[in-house]
Amino acid sequence: MKKVITLQIDDKEVKAEEGKTILEAAQHAGMEIPTLCWYEGLEPYGACRFCSVEIEKKGRAQVVASCCYPAEEGLKVKTRSPKIVKIRKTILELAATSAGEDVSSKMRALASEYNADLSRFRSNAPLSPTKCILCGLCVRRCIEANWESAIGFTGRGIYRCIALFPEKAGLCSTCSYCRDVCPTGRTCSTFGPRPPFPRINDVLAGRK
Amino acid sequence: METVKCIRSPKDLEKLREEIKSKRKPSKSSVSVCVSTGCVALDAPKVKEAFIAELEKQGLKDQVEIKETGCLGFCEQGPRVTIYPEEICYFKVKPEDVPEIVSKSILEKKVVERLLYKDPATGKGVQKLEDIPFYKYQLRLLLENNAKIDPKNIEDYIALGGYSALAKALFEMTPEQVVEEVKKSKLRGRGGGGFLTGLKWETTRNAPGEPKYAIVNCDEGDPGAFMDRSLMEGNPHSVLEGLIIGAYAIGATEGFVYVREEYPIAVENISTAIKQAEEYGLLGKDIIGSSLSFKVKVHKGAGAFVSGESSALMTAIEGKVGEPRPKYVHTAVKGLWDKPSLLNNVKTWASVPLIVLKGAEWFRSIGTQGNSGTMIFSLVGKVNNTGLVEVPMGITLRDLIFKIGGGIRDGKKFKAVQIGGPSGGFIPEQLLDIPVDYDELVKVGSMMGSGGMVVMDEDTCMVDVARYFVDFLLEESCGKCIPCREGLRVLSSILSDICAGKGKSEDIQTTEEIAETMRETLLCALGRTAANPVLTSLKYFRDEWEQHIIEKRCPANACKALIDFYINPEKCQACLLCLKECPAGAIQGDKDQVHWIDQEKCIKCGTCYEICNFHAVKKLSGEPIPPPPEGMKPIRKLKGEN
Repeated sequence: MKKVITLQIDDKEVKAEEGKTILEAAQHAGMEIPTLCWYEGLEPYGACRFCSVEIEKKGRAQVVASCCYPAEEGLKVKTRSPKIVKIRKTILELAATSAGEDVSSKMRALASEYNADLSRFRSNAPLSPTKCILCGLCVRRCIEANWESAIGFTGRGIYRCIALFPEKAGLCSTCSYCRDVCPTGRTCSTFGPRPPFPRINDVLAGRK
Repeated sequence: METVKCIRSPKDLEKLREEIKSKRKPSKSSVSVCVSTGCVALDAPKVKEAFIAELEKQGLKDQVEIKETGCLGFCEQGPRVTIYPEEICYFKVKPEDVPEIVSKSILEKKVVERLLYKDPATGKGVQKLEDIPFYKYQLRLLLENNAKIDPKNIEDYIALGGYSALAKALFEMTPEQVVEEVKKSKLRGRGGGGFLTGLKWETTRNAPGEPKYAIVNCDEGDPGAFMDRSLMEGNPHSVLEGLIIGAYAIGATEGFVYVREEYPIAVENISTAIKQAEEYGLLGKDIIGSSLSFKVKVHKGAGAFVSGESSALMTAIEGKVGEPRPKYVHTAVKGLWDKPSLLNNVKTWASVPLIVLKGAEWFRSIGTQGNSGTMIFSLVGKVNNTGLVEVPMGITLRDLIFKIGGGIRDGKKFKAVQIGGPSGGFIPEQLLDIPVDYDELVKVGSMMGSGGMVVMDEDTCMVDVARYFVDFLLEESCGKCIPCREGLRVLSSILSDICAGKGKSEDIQTTEEIAETMRETLLCALGRTAANPVLTSLKYFRDEWEQHIIEKRCPANACKALIDFYINPEKCQACLLCLKECPAGAIQGDKDQVHWIDQEKCIKCGTCYEICNFHAVKKLSGEPIPPPPEGMKPIRKLKGEN
């Protein structure tokens, strides 16, 4: 039997098993914290920072990613403070810098909820929109499905992109796990100066 | 090397030390040549060969010893050669100087004046290292032995008291006492975080899980920084000794030295050091006859700046891509392969033997309260003396830059100093009197970082330099988190626009918004501090940003798009130099006729500005360019000339 701890999320007392994250504790209590790179059942990754919340610990306020931060006894969490709302708006706008405005309905709904202008920084990335926010869900889903990891990241910094490893893509025609988890409505496409491998969409659609 | 003895007890170690010492006569002449990266690049190996040849020629081969030693930090004055026992330091030595050094300094015991360092204040040559202004104000605890030992020879290190701290820890102290001593010393992580090292040790010691790991972080990637490199190249055993003591204290059985592949000498020297330590019974099973067993492997990093971050470094050792992991549970508890892992910087590890040997009290007496010991900075940029500087914590920035650094080059004005690597903040002139310690630096928006220190003068544009560091980081970020990857992309684009004269009035606000989001939300220290240069540039030099955006001018005359070159007709002597050198053919005029620049053709390369002997070429920013003379205009000769 795991120890149960009590924490406070938005002025509400919430109980959670020790070892659970703030996000899990909130969801268990029926409270919503929006996410982009989180998916039930997959190991949390902490890349989009959209689930950021404000916590108070030892009298000090701090912003943490709720999908990774463990729920602690007596922790005070604010999920929608003005600061958090502003951060989420900026993150959505930044996510659309290279992904473009034509993203999933989920992201568009979040954009209108947080008053985010998805075209705000588009002119700062003079490339055709990628539709991909590099959340890594497809990569993680592929790994955790115990396939041979047909998708992975290549490049770093702004040159990071999703690539397909064609020699490992044997199962791709039958498996659609990566498409099921993609939050932008598009499995993924490559982004960067030189796509090192064929686009996964093309492979999935049998074009290559 | 002599017949190797395996040390099985502290007595063995002392016996060996005495043996080594008795074999060496202090009065024997020896030549020490620096073979660290800086001096090697300046042809030190050829100098060494010249010494071998010359000593052979003069029949002195057996009477004079030649030693390859580590870096002393004054690299721009290299190659450095020291003659013992007189301790005469020669700088900028060339192979052709060698015969003179041998016949004068070694045979006649005289000094070769022209090869000494010249004190810029007095113009006189300085013979002893400690009398050179660059060294006079330093306190060299960690770097001191670099010049005295051959890093490839463990006996040199042992002769100077090496590994006696390890013997003391193993046989006179319990692991808890070692941890307690480090805690009492108030040593803080020299990698830049400034976390109390003793606390970290205690956390790892008490964390559940076996095995435990002890790791050296030598993934130094900041532009212009080479502190860890020099220590690793010049005195690898001091780092190794610290690591073994740490392993004993926390109960680690395995260790790693993470060093960048781009540091080939460091990789070679630490690998040699590990091998020798194993041969001498200082590593491996039953170290010095105690029950401690500890093995160390060298892991070569593949050149990613972000791998210097603790969790990214451990991910890289595991064989994966070096990316930071969510680490609300510290790596000290759950690190390498999810086991308790103690990661410390090279300088932190090298401080440990000193603390164990001389005691926490002694260590605390150096520096200030809460910031004990020394810190090594790599002082570069527009200062007269550049190089590695080891100073007690709490020294003021002004002393560092003006006393040790010798002030700003060419008599120009100081503008800002950036501390802590590419994600450190800029510190302006009005804050030069703050003490250099972890807390004060963070208070003013910068950080200690690993000790990079770049000095900027009046010719540096603070918007342009912020752009430079953002551009460095956007390639070095791992690209995982959206606010870091996309934030840096947008910041770079905005800053480039401002420098190109295309800044918009809302840019400052947008920049602040993105920078704040990055600072608040990001996963790792690289991301959270990435906006420091931008934020401090805005905080202390906001007027420069406004001048770029609103007035479209660059007050430092550095942003090419915002400046024009102009020849002052009063000063031009019509020497034809610029006219001939201009690659765009933009300069008009003739012999004895004032030259002028055709702005349509000018590509702003700055050649004319650099080569003019009469300072007639000016940079103008935000002011109209006076029209060129109509027709040909005869020059006005300068006063005092015919």
